[in-house]
Amino acid sequence: MTVAVIEGRDVHVDAEGFLTDPTEWDEALAETLASNIGIGLTDRHWSAIRFARSDHAATGETPTLRRMAAAGGVSTKEMFALFPMKPAKKMAYVAGLPKPVGCV
Amino acid sequence: MTTTLATAPIPNFDDGAATTRKLCIICSKGSLDMAYPGLVLANAALGEGVETHLFFTFWGFDMINKETMAHLKFTPVGNPATHMPPWLMGLPGMTAFATHMMKKQIEGIDVPDVPEFLEMITDAGGHLWACRMSADMMHIGEDQLYERVEGIISAADFIELSEGAQTIFV
Repeated sequence: MTVAVIEGRDVHVDAEGFLTDPTEWDEALAETLASNIGIGLTDRHWSAIRFARSDHAATGETPTLRRMAAAGGVSTKEMFALFPMKPAKKMAYVAGLPKPVGCV
Repeated sequence: MTTTLATAPIPNFDDGAATTRKLCIICSKGSLDMAYPGLVLANAALGEGVETHLFFTFWGFDMINKETMAHLKFTPVGNPATHMPPWLMGLPGMTAFATHMMKKQIEGIDVPDVPEFLEMITDAGGHLWACRMSADMMHIGEDQLYERVEGIISAADFIELSEGAQTIFV
């Protein structure tokens, strides 16, 4: 188990830097995580992040791109615009969630 | 044991390297069960930032023919993986039944049907190409193909397009 200091507080992370305890996440932390990977958060980012967090809380799984489009109201195109190249993984990182495990 | 780090690791999303990776998938089958491997892989590759091209040839045309793309079928005839007696699989209505069951299972795990899957792949930046020889053989023109197919290209065009790519034949 690894504890890292982000924004002056202790947070549990995995070897890659993804948070392992979603309850340690808050919105201020998200801003820091986003800027770590070169993303400035807009309202649309927040809308994706908030859906992902509530969906993870409800289902126990990080939503895939397909689920973001079908249930989260963020289209695939928009996800690629918000979190370029690897949208699902980058969103998971910023939202303090594990990487999505679903295939589709 | 707990390790405490002064600074948190930042995931290496490898954006720079990802842009140089390229995947081509040749879709040559027109049955429901054989449509999915290429679609699932293409979608996964795009989600990883990999440039992805799908090349539809021969029976794979059924996946991009507007008339057939939503009605692909699965037949259990001659498929030992169904683990059912072969004589039973050949009975009338068995293909319709097996197709219905497979579609239900696919929907059950929230995986889209073929037209929606292709929409998702192209929304993610994937490219769709149709094979010239198959189009000529089957007398199919661009107007009969799914509108997001970028063009009908020759085998030589595909070889050019797939330069430096990893290519998968389905």
